[in-house]
This record gives sequence, structure tokens and C-alpha cells, in this order.
Amino acid sequence: MSTESIALPLSGVSHRPLVEQLHQWVTTVDHKRLGILYILYALLFLVFGGVEATIMRIQLIRPHNNFVSPQVFNRMFTMHGTTMIFFVAMPILFGFANYLIPLMIGARDMAYPRLNAFSFWMTAFGGLLLYFSFVGGDGLYGAGNAPDVGWFAYAPLTSQTFSRGHSTDFWILSLLVSGFGSIGTAINIIATILCMRCRGMTLAKMPLLVWLNLVMAGLVVLAVSPLTAAQLMLLVDRYLGGHFFDTQAGGSAVIWMHFFWVFGHPEVYVLVIPAFAFASEIIPVFSRKAIFGYPVMVAATICIGFIGMSVWAHHMFTVGMSSSANTFFVLSTMAIAVPTGIKIFNWLATIWGGQIQFKTPMLFCVAFLFQFLVAGLTGIMLSAAPFDWQLGNSYFVIAHFHYVIVGGILFTLFGAFYYWFPKMSGRMYNETFGKLHFWLFFIGFHLTFDFMHIPGILGMPRRIYTYEPGRGWDIWNLIVTVGVFFQAAGVLVFIGNLLRSYWRGEIAGSDPWDAWTLEWSTTSPPPTYNFAAIPVVKSRRPLWDLKHPEDPDWQYE
Amino acid sequence: MSGRRKIAIAGVAGSLRTHTARAVFLFYGSAVTALAGPARPPLSPTNIFAPVSTPAQSILELSRFVLTVTAAIFILVFSLLAYAVVKFRQGRSPDDREPAQVYGSTQLELAWTVIPILIVVVLFLTAARVIASIQNAAHPSTAIEVTVIGHQFWWEYRYPSLRVVAANELHIPVSDPAHPTPTFLTLLSADTDHSFWVPRLAGKTDLIPNHPNSMWLDPHETGLYLGQCAQYCGTQHAKMLLRVYVQTRDDFDRWIQQQSQPAQLNDPVSEGQQIFERTACINCHAVAGTVANGRFGPDLSHLMSRDTIASGAAANTPENLRSWIQDPAIIKPGCKMPAMGLSDPEVNAVTQYLETLH
Repeated sequence: MSTESIALPLSGVSHRPLVEQLHQWVTTVDHKRLGILYILYALLFLVFGGVEATIMRIQLIRPHNNFVSPQVFNRMFTMHGTTMIFFVAMPILFGFANYLIPLMIGARDMAYPRLNAFSFWMTAFGGLLLYFSFVGGDGLYGAGNAPDVGWFAYAPLTSQTFSRGHSTDFWILSLLVSGFGSIGTAINIIATILCMRCRGMTLAKMPLLVWLNLVMAGLVVLAVSPLTAAQLMLLVDRYLGGHFFDTQAGGSAVIWMHFFWVFGHPEVYVLVIPAFAFASEIIPVFSRKAIFGYPVMVAATICIGFIGMSVWAHHMFTVGMSSSANTFFVLSTMAIAVPTGIKIFNWLATIWGGQIQFKTPMLFCVAFLFQFLVAGLTGIMLSAAPFDWQLGNSYFVIAHFHYVIVGGILFTLFGAFYYWFPKMSGRMYNETFGKLHFWLFFIGFHLTFDFMHIPGILGMPRRIYTYEPGRGWDIWNLIVTVGVFFQAAGVLVFIGNLLRSYWRGEIAGSDPWDAWTLEWSTTSPPPTYNFAAIPVVKSRRPLWDLKHPEDPDWQYE
Repeated sequence: MSGRRKIAIAGVAGSLRTHTARAVFLFYGSAVTALAGPARPPLSPTNIFAPVSTPAQSILELSRFVLTVTAAIFILVFSLLAYAVVKFRQGRSPDDREPAQVYGSTQLELAWTVIPILIVVVLFLTAARVIASIQNAAHPSTAIEVTVIGHQFWWEYRYPSLRVVAANELHIPVSDPAHPTPTFLTLLSADTDHSFWVPRLAGKTDLIPNHPNSMWLDPHETGLYLGQCAQYCGTQHAKMLLRVYVQTRDDFDRWIQQQSQPAQLNDPVSEGQQIFERTACINCHAVAGTVANGRFGPDLSHLMSRDTIASGAAANTPENLRSWIQDPAIIKPGCKMPAMGLSDPEVNAVTQYLETLH
């Protein structure tokens, strides 16, 4: 296989006029540039969502606090949830998928470059629509700006009767528009993986990251479609006299819940499977060992994808389903623990007997392993329906899913940032600041989300803008809020480190981690065409074969 | 009123009884006190692990089992991970050679597939049994029937067979395990979704418009049990608080007797009553025996028999009541009751009138 590439006249590019450079970014169809656009866009929204979370935590620092009004608080948790799921987590994961998949399968671009650009701009437009509601959401005097219906927007709170003005319309339209973007990207990822692999890369020789993103994209197509349909139905209800969810005219609030969670639960796997993908690339490289049990890892992921489509009603144990329906969803939900457990044990076995290098990406991934273990175990508690009748909709649930989304997904994402930053920018990040970021964020995460379980057990429901003294919740809420500031400090160090390293970091070279997948065989950053000659591979670790001709992988696979 | 006093007295007697016991508990430290029992709720009056009613008790037993299993898994996997991370970290002088490459092991992977399947089967069967025992429980003829209607942002309680309508403070009788008198709640909603959650009595069940639900409670001890709405229902979701008064059967019967009377009114009609009846108050509030028969807001026929106003958000004192009538948004911004724009003397008169509604 070929590892050389043709040197780009980089200096010529950077001296073009600013307007021309921006024009290139806006009109680009290059998967790498679109990937970076996705990532930067998501980082911007991460700051918005973080500010909203901080406002909520300051309000809850003590009982009967008056930092914000109930109306503002309700908007904050709606915007925080919607932003973090639809405009941070999904775009950032799509960004990495966009950037990495063609490089990892030895392709020159995604299958549909223009669909790719279209999808990104749809997502971007969706985010702008959501935030434009702060300006244009009033519609009626006193109706309030920005949606305040919660991120899962249960009917009939979203009907014209209870949600006047246009804030809910902005919420509907922004998810509708970005939903088209997500489906476009998912189709693109599937087509790219199935059709664009280089010679020798059979499905069984794809890097795990590619496999996991294939499953993720399949889930996006299956899960986002019902959400998009439900948004259209809600629009019909609000403006064309439909009664799908209009309980005052005989509609069903429960149907909305089913529509939402048929999307909402697979969405968790849409987010966490790419996180598994990062861990499955980073852990082997920094343990200096091949991934343990590749076929089982693939099978477990597909299994999670299938079972993940059949567990949605565990979000609805308190809705009053029949005992047999509740029992079914207990079984399907607990079943997910098996393939998830396999993954944790396989990562453990990958580390076992290796030589672990605690670089920043690995630190984040090791913390992920411990935290995801806890998130999985609290998930088992919640899957036992009667236990959920107590814990559901309490702060315990908030702690549980933030353990998944922050402790699992965000930690591996930070790991991914540090791991692929040298490839994307051509420069190394600063290791000291990387570790400082890790420890600040690690301390903040545990202060916030470990202690958040306790008020849930003590009966504190979610989405309350204030609470009564004397419930035993005060001290825990105080600790939770203190943790937020450590996390914010960590994120500031992270952004500072990326900015500083982009301009002043050491030159990284094409393969700083002595890694094994194809993206490290081309220059950093890669040229527009990725590879001068399309590579040919014989195993899952083509660069290992190249570096160890005496002991190549293809002899064992 | 007398019912309420009885509960207070029972509370005092309860604490006297436990006084000597507490001296013993001091010996064992706070952990034992925390488990000492529900007379004085440990850590929080809404602690899910301090049940006094069968559904909450069954959930506690299930959760103990689930917690034990998950704790065992946690300790095992945490130790393995921690051992691996410490043991296999690269030394100060890194070895140039790569470690042995291991690609998998069918036996090991089979082991960590089959063992979790077995654990899942056990957990599932345990959970399924508790689901059936709570959801399919028998409905004895001695049960008290209450219809709970969730409103933005308060609770309406109707006792259809006893002809009582109450608001925000639910009264139910204690249930002696030998002669159970459980309370069955039919859960309805007048507007958006709500959820009835009193952690020490039972798990939560949602109140959904067009979707009647039910749940049951059989508290074994008298007392006041707190909770609050657990499904986001709009601006003042946070102050839609729940208070359940569990009384002895005699106290409960006396309370029912008193609540089923029409309002006791002054003769001649007071000025406050006139103002109340000629403003929009009666569009939403009912006072039994008068022209006021609105149903959007709480029934006020026996307002003074309640400890709190504004769905538990404030104590039922003359000052709070006055402030509430003048501008409800001071106590509960975003609540559905408007400020009527009454003058100070009018507010005083209406307050005085409401204070006669025992």
C-alpha cells in the first residue's frame, strides 16, 4: 500500500484574502472541512447549552432562590436539553464521522458530497431557528420567548391552548429542519461505508469506528424519521385543526410519548455508539494492543442497535401501561445490559497485558470505562419498572443520563478531540493543559453528577425551578452546583488549549501516536484528495502490517 | 380542625415513645437511626427508602435486591479495571517492543455473555413479580375511593361515594394490615400531564388527560406525608405540592362528616361574601350552599380546615391569604389565579369572609 501523498502548497492557501477563504468554507463539499464545520458549530452550541445549565444550577443552589423567574428557568431546561442533544451531541458526532470515515476506509470523500453540505447547512439552520426564538418567539404579547415545554415536549402542553405565541413553533421547525439534515447525513454515511471502501477492506476488516458508525447511521434513519413525522403532526394540530395530540378534542397525549420515545431511546444509542467507537480506537492504540474480540464487538453493537429499537417505553413506566406491557419493556431493557457488558469486558481485556500510555486521550477513555460502568448499573436499577416508579422523573434519572451523556459520551469526545486534533490541524496540543483539563473536568463531573443521585432518592423531581427547605435536598444541590464551575473551568482550559495549539503547537507529523488505521498514513492535515494513491489493505490494522512486516495481522485474522 | 390537632398530638406521642429508643440508637450511630423506622423520616420527609405503605414497601424490597446485585457487579468490574489500569501502565523506561497481541478468546467472551444473561433473567423475574403484585392487587370492598384530578397547578380530590370535594390536602384513613382499608385513586387530568408522587406511600403514576389511570395506597401509620407533582405541567410545576394526611379511622370519619356539610355562612350576608360573589371569584371557586359553583379552582367551602393555601406553597395564615387574594403571583408567579385588582378594604373583607369558611 502507499503512504506517500503529494505535498500541498499550504502557504499559498493561507494567504488568500479572508473573504475568499470564508467563501471556500461556506461552499465546500470536502468531507474534512464539513466535518470541522460540524465540530466548530457544535462547540459553539456546547457553550450556549453550558451557560443554560449554569443558570439552572445557580437558581437551584439553595431553596427558594430568586436568581431567575420560573418562566426563565423552564425555558433554560428546555433549551439546554434540546441544544445539547440536537445541536451539540449529534452534530459533533456527525462531524467526527464525516471527517474520519472516508480517511479510515481509504476513500477520497463521502459518497454524496453535496448532500453532505446540504445536511450540514440544514442542521446549522435548525440551530439558528431554535435560538432565533429568543428574539421572535413572542408572537403574542406576554406569550413568552423561547420554548418552555421541556425537551420531550409532552402533549398537550404544546397545544395552542397551553403554549401560545410562537416559541413552540420555533422548537418544532428547528427539529424538523435539523432532522432532515440528520437523515441526509445518515444515508450518506451508510452509502459511503457500503460503497467507498478501498481494495481489500471487506466489512470484516473495517476499523471498529467505521462499523459502529454504520450501526449509528442505521439507527438515525430509523429513529429520526418518526420524530420528524411527529413534528409534522404537531404542526398540523397547531395550525390546521388536527387533533392527533389535542386531548381537549379527543386526541391522545400518550401517542406523542410513544412517537417521541421511539425516537428518544434509540437516540441515546445514536449518541453512545460513536462514543464506543472512539473508545474502540483510542484504547487499543494507547494500550499497544489489538482490540480484543473484534467480531464480538461488532456483533454486540448490532445487537444493541436491534434491541435499542424495542425499549422505548421504559421512559413511560409511570404513564399507566398494563402490567404485561411494563413487564415486556423491563425484559427488553435489561437485555441491553448483556451486549453492553460484553463491550466493557472486551475493552478491559484489550487493556489487560498491554502497556498503557496515559496520554490525555487515554485518560478520558479510562475515566469513560469507570463512569460508563456506573451509568450502566444505575440504568439496570431504572429498568426494574417498580424501582422506576420511584426514581423516574426524579433527579436520580437526571444523574443517570448525564452519567451516560457526560461521563460516557462527552469524556470519549474529549478523548477523540485530543486524539485526532494533530491529524486535523497538523499540530500537537499541549499535554500539560490537556491533563489539567482532564482533572478539572473529572473533579467537576463527579462533584456534580455523583451527588445528583441523592436528591432523587430523597424525592426531588426534575424540572422544578425551586424547592422547599426541610426536604434534605439543600446540601446536595449546593455540592452539585459547585461542581459545575470546575467543569466550566475545564472546558475553558480545553478551548484555550485548542486555540493556542492551533497556532503555536509543535508540528505533529502524519502519525504521532504510532497508530494503525489508514488516516495516520496520510499527511496532517490530509490533502483535499486524502490519499495520493488509494491504499490496498490486507487486515484491520494496515499500518501495523506495514510497521511489523515480520508479524503482520493478516496472518491471524 | 380537630382532625388536624389529633395528628399533631399523635406525632408528639410518637416522638415521646421513641425518646428512650433513641438513647439506645445513639449507641449504634446514625446509620442505625437512619434505618430505625418511619416514625421520624430519615434524611428527608420524601425519602423513597422510608416506606409506610405496601406499594412503597414492595418497591424498597425490590430495590434492595437490585442494589445488592449491581453493587456486586460494580465491585467486581471496578476492581478488575482498577487492577488492569495500575498493573499494565507503561513503566518509566518504555519497552521498545510491543506487548503480545491477543485477538480474542471464545471461552472468555462466552463467559461474559452467558453470566450476564443469567443475572438478567433473575433480575427480570424479580421485577416482574413486583409489577404484578402492585399493578394487579385485589380491590377489596372496604377500599376508600378517591378521584384525583390534576389541574395547573393544584390537586382536586373527590370522594364520589362520600359526597366530599376537597383540594390540595388529601385525607385518607390508616390501613390496619389485619383489616385493610386501602385507598384506591382514580387519576384524571383537567389540562396537561401531571404525576402523583408521595414517595413514602407509593411510586408515582401520571395523570394524563383522556387517559384515566389508577393507583393505591395503604399507609400503616398515621401522619402527614409529603410529595409533589412529578411530571412537568407548566410554569408553576415546582409549587404543585402534595400533602397526604393519614388519619385514624375515627378522625377520618369525623373529617368526612365535616367536609360533607355545606359552608357555614354568616347571616346576614357579609360584605366580603358580596364582593366575592360579584367579582370573577365565583367563575372558578365553589362555596357549597352559595351561588359560587365554579370548578376551575379549588373548592373553598372548608378552606379554613386546610393547613396550607396555593397547593401547599404557603401556610394558611391570614397574612398569606390576604397576600394571595391581593396578588397570587407574589407566592406563585405564573399561577392561573389572576389578581382581581381589589382595593385594600375589599381585600380585607374577602379575606375575612374566607376565614369564616371552616
